[in-house]
Amino acid sequence: MSAKIRQPHSPISGFIFHLHPRKVAAETIRFTLSFGLGGMAATLFLVLAVTGVLQLLSYSSDSTAAYQSIILMYAGSSLAGFIRNVHHWAGNLLVIVALLHLLRVYLTGALGQGRRLNWLIGCTLFLLVLLANFTGYLLPWDQLAFWAVTIFTNMVTYVPLIGDPLGELLRGSNEVGPATLANFFAIHVGLIPPLIIILLIYHFWLIRKAGGLVRSRNGEAHAPMVPTVPTLISREAAVGFGLCALLFLFSALVDAPLDDIANPGQSPNPAKAAWYFMGLQELLLHLHPVFAICIVPLLMLLLLAMLPFLRQAALEPGIWCGGSRGRWTAASSFLAGLLGVIIWVIVDEFVFKISGSEHFLTPWLSRGIVPLLSLIFISGLVYRLLRLRKSPPSESVMAVTLLCLGIVCGLTVIGIWFRGPGMALGFFFLKG
Amino acid sequence: MEQDQQLRQDYPEQPRRRTLLNRLWSLIGLLAFIELGWLGSSILKSRKTRNTQLQGTKWIEAGRAEALITGDVKAVPEGMLFLARLEDGGFIALSRTCTHLGCAISWDKEQEKFVCPCHGSTFDRAGTVLSSPAIRPLDFYQVRIENGHIRIDVSKAHRRESFDPSQTTRV
Repeated sequence: MSAKIRQPHSPISGFIFHLHPRKVAAETIRFTLSFGLGGMAATLFLVLAVTGVLQLLSYSSDSTAAYQSIILMYAGSSLAGFIRNVHHWAGNLLVIVALLHLLRVYLTGALGQGRRLNWLIGCTLFLLVLLANFTGYLLPWDQLAFWAVTIFTNMVTYVPLIGDPLGELLRGSNEVGPATLANFFAIHVGLIPPLIIILLIYHFWLIRKAGGLVRSRNGEAHAPMVPTVPTLISREAAVGFGLCALLFLFSALVDAPLDDIANPGQSPNPAKAAWYFMGLQELLLHLHPVFAICIVPLLMLLLLAMLPFLRQAALEPGIWCGGSRGRWTAASSFLAGLLGVIIWVIVDEFVFKISGSEHFLTPWLSRGIVPLLSLIFISGLVYRLLRLRKSPPSESVMAVTLLCLGIVCGLTVIGIWFRGPGMALGFFFLKG
Repeated sequence: MEQDQQLRQDYPEQPRRRTLLNRLWSLIGLLAFIELGWLGSSILKSRKTRNTQLQGTKWIEAGRAEALITGDVKAVPEGMLFLARLEDGGFIALSRTCTHLGCAISWDKEQEKFVCPCHGSTFDRAGTVLSSPAIRPLDFYQVRIENGHIRIDVSKAHRRESFDPSQTTRV
């Protein structure tokens, strides 16, 4: 021990070797294994932290002054507006990147021993990112913000038992007002960032403890290694700086949206939630609120959290979707979910609602239990059919998971682009 | 190995008071956590009582009764509500907050119904649901008619499961 002379290293390389080992397996630095998504998410978090602190200098969290402070950011030659744009676009991009990262981890089978706890931490981080985005959404205090938060906090009240007190706690009163802004500001600035930092450090440490990025089984024994500096670090820097460059360029060209000042007397038509909650809002048009807000999302989150704990559900490590056949299964089940839900929405909108047969039984049955049981039945059917086709259990579970993801994406896309005034269905995005 | 032995000599097995101290620490941590929760909830509670004190009971004037003919609906912006006169001549004051997700409804004169812009729920003149996704009728406020003047108590919106003539007020 004492005979080995440790090389002195600079503070920078000391920090690098805190995060990474000195050498990493050559196969794990392949870009198409990870697409650098985790690194992108971390980069975006750093950008958000810095621009967030800068925004504190120009933003006022008082409901009578908030909107004006945003307007002032864009006045004159101030760079505060640019900082707001970066913060806004980085936050929205983080939702997408974090979701893709989650998907990447699952599809490359990185759920084995030593990675289960990290999967749960990753899921928690994703929920925190959503919560951070949503609490930040109210802060500009414009019409978009006011009504999106009104809709969401009212959605929360449909959760059985705890819904009403929870909605009241979030809003700080019966309706969205100054108390809500104070609450959301405190949560957005004071509560979520430290939670994310703590979990993120744990997340990184657990990756290192599990032996770095996921490796394929046959390469485990005597895999060729490459030095972290410069091989891995240069790639990480390329992804991080490249992303920053694109983000800053986009933010310089496109302003973050800002509507008129919040007016509690007039809902815009249509009034929409933040885009990542449009799937929920769309589901609310079709299902009983308790099912749309509580039961269906909870079941899907449960499936997500359970993935590493289901028997034989983890995919072959280090290979996308477990192989080329798995990739076909993944793509087709995702597309099936996407198309299936679009057809269901159209049928529900133009057949059931117009013929008035949407309530053929009590709403609980026709708008809740029957659709839910159909979804569970279809998932079971997909699983059985794939097993009969001699697919391994992991591939069959993947098909069900991606079917659900397709459904979520389909609902979100319809909600964002195909709902116009009065939430009527149509090609409204074409009319601008 | 040498280091390990050295360590064991310097620090023999943990004395019992160390475990006791550890437990004390976790107890103190738990107490601090409870205290923090109590502190937060007391701040939230005090803010809530302040809000309700600001509201109190509040009656607003909504014009003369004969100005509103049967079947008319008029917006009362200062109370964030609509005043409707039903076919039987009774008055009802309806909250403009949709019971589905809290958007502000508006009165569509041509189609003679309230329309919610968020999810397309519609309500009739008395506030009962014409089309879903809303399930509950619109909340109503208490109306009083004194010497032909309409007065509305805007301090509390009353929840209801269905329409009942007792929710209206006659001249």
